[in-house]
Amino acid sequence: MRLITHNMLQCHVKGCNANNFPLEFQEVELEQEEAEMNEDFLRNMLTKLEYDALVSTCLKLGINDLPATMPADAAYNDEFLQILHRVILETHVKSGKMICPNCKHIYNIRDGIPNMLLAEHEV
Amino acid sequence: MLPTPDLSHLKRQDYEHIYEPAEDTFLFLDAFEDEALFLKELQPKISLEIGSGSGCVTAFVAKILGESNCLKFCTDINPRATRATKRTAKHNQVSVEIIETHLISGLLPRLQGQFDLIYFNPPYVLTPSEEVGSNSVEAAWAGGIDGREVIDELLPYIKCLLSSIGVFYMVVINENKPDEIRNIMRQDGFDSSIVKTRLAGREKLFILKFVRATL
Repeated sequence: MRLITHNMLQCHVKGCNANNFPLEFQEVELEQEEAEMNEDFLRNMLTKLEYDALVSTCLKLGINDLPATMPADAAYNDEFLQILHRVILETHVKSGKMICPNCKHIYNIRDGIPNMLLAEHEV
Repeated sequence: MLPTPDLSHLKRQDYEHIYEPAEDTFLFLDAFEDEALFLKELQPKISLEIGSGSGCVTAFVAKILGESNCLKFCTDINPRATRATKRTAKHNQVSVEIIETHLISGLLPRLQGQFDLIYFNPPYVLTPSEEVGSNSVEAAWAGGIDGREVIDELLPYIKCLLSSIGVFYMVVINENKPDEIRNIMRQDGFDSSIVKTRLAGREKLFILKFVRATL
């Protein structure tokens, strides 16, 4: 699972409607995997990302390359786009857990695939 | 003509646990080939396949869009299918974001109105209701009464998921009552059309396309 995916997932336990994003990583195994740089793709994603959530998630993972706020010229800031590319598209979570900050539900990641399924009583 | 994605990495024993591409899959691929120009002009930024199974359709759509500017999500409730989709994507040099989940659970409200393209080859086979809801290979076909139980669960979410320019494609058979489905979606503000139809054995297959009605 790439970090861009994590930025788009949230807890969906019944009744858990506030403070349920971003999910907090625990015991994660990270891996860097090179991907081809595509500036247009990154530009498209600038408005789709929850940037604050991305930065706070990265800091907890020990990734501190991203500026605290998105640069005003982000779309044409090559240095920023390269960092963003490395962080959201080349950083993979192989295994670990994602925990809802509100209801503490645990979502597991195995084989690089997040499992968002809930038990019957949680739906 | 675009080649069918390479699935040579999937073996007989894989297809005991995931749906093996069949007539319905191939009709879906043919429909996307017909829609290729439309999809290229649409330039979707985020797409979603629900129930990606082997990953065949997503790999094909990825080839149409080019390894371009679209973030491609896939979901499947079957853990073996998510892994097959991942392998197929890798084998065909496309990147996809795979999530093990029920239909679209975990994507809303974060991704509300963000999908420009959604496609779904649902479990449309008429079965007893009890057969619906497994997370193994039966989930690929068991559709319950009228083959509509899973389809009807998803439909109300389409208006929440699709962007203003978004398009939704779905495979159905005659027994699913395509006209009724189109009426349900009309209530939600969608125009629909049939982009492809084919008789495959006893099944009459349709590929339905939905876009937001223009005022």
